[in-house]
Amino acid sequence: MTYIPISPKERDAMLAAIGVKTLDDLFEAVPAAHRFPALNLPPALTEMEAAAELADIADANEHVRGDLISFLGAGMYNHYIPSVIDHMLRRGEFYTAYTPYQPEISQGTLQAIFEYQSLITALTGMELSNASHYDGATATAEAVNLAFAQFRGKRKKVIVSPTVHPQYRAVLRTYTQGMELEVAGDDPNADLNSNPADLAGLIDDTTMLVVVQYPDFFGRIYDYTKLIETAHGKGALVCVVANPTALALFKTPGSMGADIVVGEGQPLGIPMWYGGPSLGFFATRKSYVHKMAGRLVGETIDTRGQRSYVLTLTAREQHIKRERATSNICTNQGLLALASAIYMSVLGKSGMKQVAELCYHKAHYAAECLSQIKDMGLCFSDPFFHEFALCVNRPVEEVNARLLEHGILGGYDLGQDYPALKDHMLIAVTEMNSKEEIDVLAEVLEEVSHD
Amino acid sequence: MTNPKIVEPTVFELSSPGRIGVTFPTPDVPRADFPTDLLREDLPLPELAEVDVVRHYMHLSKFNYSVDSGFYPLGSCTMKYNPKIDEDTCRLPGFLYTHPLQPIETVQGNLALMYQMQEWLKEISGFAGVTLQPAAGAHGEFTGVLMMRAYHKARGDHKRTKMIVPDSAHGTNPASAGMLGMSIVVIPSDARGNVDLEKLKAACDDTVVGMMLTNPNTLGMFDEHVEEIVKIVHDCGGLMYGDGANLNALLGIVRPGDLGFDVMHFNLHKTFAVPHGGGGPGSGPVGVSQRLLDFLPEPLVGILEDGDDEEQAPLYGFVKPPQSIGRMKAFHGHFGGGLVRAYTYIAMHGPDGLKDIAQYAVLNANYLLARLRSTYHVPFDRICMHEFVAEGQFEGSDVRALDIAKRLMDYDFHPPTNYFPLIVHEALMIEPTETENKDTLDAFADALIKIAEEAKSQPELLHEAPHNTPFGRMDEVKAARELVLCCWLPEDYNENA
Ligand SMILES: Cc1ncc(COP(=O)(O)O)c(C=O)c1O
Repeated sequence: MTYIPISPKERDAMLAAIGVKTLDDLFEAVPAAHRFPALNLPPALTEMEAAAELADIADANEHVRGDLISFLGAGMYNHYIPSVIDHMLRRGEFYTAYTPYQPEISQGTLQAIFEYQSLITALTGMELSNASHYDGATATAEAVNLAFAQFRGKRKKVIVSPTVHPQYRAVLRTYTQGMELEVAGDDPNADLNSNPADLAGLIDDTTMLVVVQYPDFFGRIYDYTKLIETAHGKGALVCVVANPTALALFKTPGSMGADIVVGEGQPLGIPMWYGGPSLGFFATRKSYVHKMAGRLVGETIDTRGQRSYVLTLTAREQHIKRERATSNICTNQGLLALASAIYMSVLGKSGMKQVAELCYHKAHYAAECLSQIKDMGLCFSDPFFHEFALCVNRPVEEVNARLLEHGILGGYDLGQDYPALKDHMLIAVTEMNSKEEIDVLAEVLEEVSHD
Repeated sequence: MTNPKIVEPTVFELSSPGRIGVTFPTPDVPRADFPTDLLREDLPLPELAEVDVVRHYMHLSKFNYSVDSGFYPLGSCTMKYNPKIDEDTCRLPGFLYTHPLQPIETVQGNLALMYQMQEWLKEISGFAGVTLQPAAGAHGEFTGVLMMRAYHKARGDHKRTKMIVPDSAHGTNPASAGMLGMSIVVIPSDARGNVDLEKLKAACDDTVVGMMLTNPNTLGMFDEHVEEIVKIVHDCGGLMYGDGANLNALLGIVRPGDLGFDVMHFNLHKTFAVPHGGGGPGSGPVGVSQRLLDFLPEPLVGILEDGDDEEQAPLYGFVKPPQSIGRMKAFHGHFGGGLVRAYTYIAMHGPDGLKDIAQYAVLNANYLLARLRSTYHVPFDRICMHEFVAEGQFEGSDVRALDIAKRLMDYDFHPPTNYFPLIVHEALMIEPTETENKDTLDAFADALIKIAEEAKSQPELLHEAPHNTPFGRMDEVKAARELVLCCWLPEDYNENA
């Protein structure tokens, strides 16, 4: 299969215009010893064959819209995606354009990002949002970069709650390995029952940033207002890693005083896609805008007096500042920011709230049912959103294998990251889970408990 | 000042209280009590019907120029045609609706695809190992630089803090090294657009982490001394990073691994036709030579149990390299939107098809160069690879590259990249890609030649361009000064901190 629209005759005319005889003649600058290697790749497929091959590969998976009932979350969630979103995303005008460097012919993308920034600002209760990061984990790591820049590297301590997503904590460590930071609080053996206020004890005047998650990795919801006040008292910034679905229902991190709110935007109309691409959102306050990474769209007018939008404050970015840029980010998650903007627009005030409430009610029903089971029980008693830690009192792997026999994708094995939570699973429930499914889960777990 | 004219209202302006877009079922479970002290007071999101939303985004889409609508020769970005079949394969339910933390036994299709992709990218590039994790080119660069640093550290070689970067480098190169606090040593290009070897030699010592080289470079030139450059850097103990943004010129032509590069990122959204999405998502896998294998980010996809040839497929799963730099993002990279599309594309091209891509990309660029070099000054003028850089200025004229770029829009073309690379004045960086036909290239060359005439006869036509687009030039200073970044602010918005 080829997508090259040039006939042999045209090719020859072009070669003649260039003044060479063959296509191979164009590559004389390439070291002859290594020129034109024979690539050991399978022969080309036609479109018909490729469609069949890819369908076979996809069929070798068991997915959660038919094969499996899912109670798996831990940072990526099975939500309903209204049909309208993909219809819009499939417009070639959106998905085959690039970063809107030429605003006169990119107002579609620019206004859509501007609206995305506005919607994220509204959802988080913050003052501004950038145009996106790769995912929630990298957005969290970039919050550290912002704080590091804010204190010009003079403060070196980052306090990370152990109840921030384990993979986010891992990425934060990868990102900061050249910065000689002290990362405190991130102890998998910490008392996971403790109140977030306990982190306050670690904050001192070398602390640049405190990172907490909302709801935390175990689904629990806390008001971080006090913690944030304490941090501000020592001059430190606070970053809240938030779940956007929960934000439709619960107090905003902005109203608690957070300096930075980041998170994974996948729940906002983006398929799980085996983990990506998804969307990192990043919102902050005006005072930090010059230290922020990422693209930013601002409003302006054109020569005809029309309201319009451009990429702005580009002096922060790599193409201008080079090694002194706030970040190296270039291509970000444009199309997925668009997807989430359409999601938030079409669900709107009522739909967003409805989804959050459904998640909440169903998760609480599930928690209620599952905690009745002999030898199983909820691990924590604090308010939670749509995930909770369930003690199953036997290896989670075994329990999940049994669930899988019944077509159920069980919860995340918390023992992998937290030794104290061996035999605990993290169960996620969304609007996609019917009462019947929850009842089946309870039945099978009941059975397991009798083994 | 009068209020600006609103061409398309925002979703907030279109909103009307009480309109409903999507509704969800009423709960089939008992309602639980909410922790009232933790609830938010108001949710200031728009209220719109589905038709309002569709019309809005349809209106917006019409303001965009795209590859599907026309020629998009944006240098360094490889804006090739994106095959439609890729849009279908990446949306197969088995890909869309699998969770990244599912037991591996339930996602063998995904893992097999990822494994195969690692193998294919190794074969195409000549590297010993590949990570699929990085989300874009710049993320791949950061991954690569982290590995280079880890390599030296593991050898107890702590002096190395300098990264060598040619003056033609993309901004992400120094920015990526800068993220690790490395200092940047800039090497000039010589008259043929190659790295200045003498200056390079002088910069190479035992404090060098390595060099980041784009080849073909951002002038579109294949460096004629690439093997010598690699040798000089290796001889001082440094590692060689290849910026693979321009790999489209090299498919089936030469493998960077064979030239001695130690690490390179791919841009699947350039070379392998993953659509650019209006600014992402991209996908930036990284290939490494033998000596960096152990430092690759975790996890990689490996074979956990061998299969037998016919009946039993192998069991694929995740493995962690022994001295891994860690995790670059949550989960496993841009699987669905990136890897599945690129896999489809490679499968449909095979070895010969890939070579055709590079050859025709280079043919198209050289054809345009041949048509334009007598009108536009091309400071580094020899056979180019997939792109070339011309100067957008004329003697005795105040017309600039920016004016030419804007005027091209009136002829219904997307402008080339401008003002990059930094070493060419008024740069116009033109990358046609292999998916354009001769008629399009001729029409584009004709337009540029006509614009050069206009620059002499009617310069104001260019200064004021574009004329035929839905929007005119923007006031960028106003945007940066007033900094209106959202159409809505919370009521209790306070200017604290
Ligand atoms: C030469 C070069 N290097 C690196 C990059 C960065 O890649 P990405 O935008 O995928 O992060 C680009 C992208 O535009 C590029 O042109």
